[in-house]
Amino acid sequence: MSEPLLQAEELSAGYQGPVVGPVSFSVSAGEVVVLSGPNGCGKSTLLGAVLGHSRVFSGSLRRSSRASLACLGQQAGLPEELPMTGRELVTLAEGDPAVLPEYLGAVLHQRVDRLSGGQRQLMHVWAAIAGSARLLLLDEPTNNLDPVSESLLADYLCGPLGERGVLLVCHEPDFVARVADRVIEVR
Amino acid sequence: MELLFEPMFRVPFVTGLLLAAVLPQLGLLLRVRNEWLAALGFAHLAGAGGTLGSLLGAPVLLSALALAGLGVLLRGMLRMRGNDFYALMVLAGWSLMVLATSLSHHAHGLGQTLIDGQIYFTGRTHLLASAVFALVLLPLLPRLNRWLLHLRLFPWQDQANGRPVALRVLCFNLLLAAGVALAAMVMGVMATFALLFIPAWVAFGIAPGWRGACGWASALGVAAYLAAFVAALLADLPFGPVLVALLVLSILLRGLPLPRPVTR
Repeated sequence: MSEPLLQAEELSAGYQGPVVGPVSFSVSAGEVVVLSGPNGCGKSTLLGAVLGHSRVFSGSLRRSSRASLACLGQQAGLPEELPMTGRELVTLAEGDPAVLPEYLGAVLHQRVDRLSGGQRQLMHVWAAIAGSARLLLLDEPTNNLDPVSESLLADYLCGPLGERGVLLVCHEPDFVARVADRVIEVR
Repeated sequence: MELLFEPMFRVPFVTGLLLAAVLPQLGLLLRVRNEWLAALGFAHLAGAGGTLGSLLGAPVLLSALALAGLGVLLRGMLRMRGNDFYALMVLAGWSLMVLATSLSHHAHGLGQTLIDGQIYFTGRTHLLASAVFALVLLPLLPRLNRWLLHLRLFPWQDQANGRPVALRVLCFNLLLAAGVALAAMVMGVMATFALLFIPAWVAFGIAPGWRGACGWASALGVAAYLAAFVAALLADLPFGPVLVALLVLSILLRGLPLPRPVTR
């Protein structure tokens, strides 16, 4: 079996002090792992530990040297005013606009801040997806998504991911049930 | 009209034109970073540096650049982000500038020039420094755009992938401090701030995309500059306030109709 893209063992993470853990999980190529738990339990803090903006207090966190990372945090909304087309956004993320679903392909030439809330959020998520990063971190990506957008994202996550692994924070049970290969309960 | 073609105005004209073309590009990036107050902060600090230099008998332009550079270092050392630090910079710079101007007649004259925005005292040193600044900035702009947009729209990703984010931000801040200090010495504090703030703001409102915004910002900066230079010279008005007034009027362009968003 190949080396996991990401492996956490007895990981405790936080800011001034630990707020979550110890928790163990791993993400391998081709799988979607979901961190699940009540609001405030520290799921985003765990993602923060992977990204380096929260501290690891104990345990270990290893990322494969081959695993370049793309992420979309819960707070990473697009600015209210931004003169950038969807095509420019995807290109900025080093993605290929041609791989976008037709739903987004049709509005690639539009400024992202002129799209509907759901389209804007999906365009942002898909910009992260469209790149070549092997490890994808998504924090509550279904926020603001309309049912069509949510279904498109679920279709992608359920499809063949190839060499890519996904670590997902999500509190929507139906979405989690549809896309997760494994669910890690965080308390 | 002959005034426009007087040799003595050529150096100020070309110097200002260079700055009017490139400064709005930095303004776009400041807006992306939500740090537009930095333009006013560095301009005040540079003004303080210039008047302090004049007071102490040091080269004015170098003193302005040095104090603006010190602002970048302080920002890095204090690890402060956003407009709070730049607001402090505005206040500290203004206080230092006014105090320095009160202590010597020469410094007072310089301080008044910085407030009035008289571009006509620009010399060959300013022109040379502006040309070097533009030559350094222009090849770096595509990379600065990519780095800072990526940092804003996909936060933490570059750090997690081991990219030198702090170095990139430092590079931008140093270029910004140098450009603003230089422009403040050439055309005054408020004209510099207006060139960084308004064209970018208008471009954000009306451009169809990022490339369009880059084009709009520089075009607006240059158009306002050309109109202000001619109007100020012909009507014998101080250049800075004329430029600022024209730029303020240009915000009417934000009312231009935009393509309707696609809703599906």
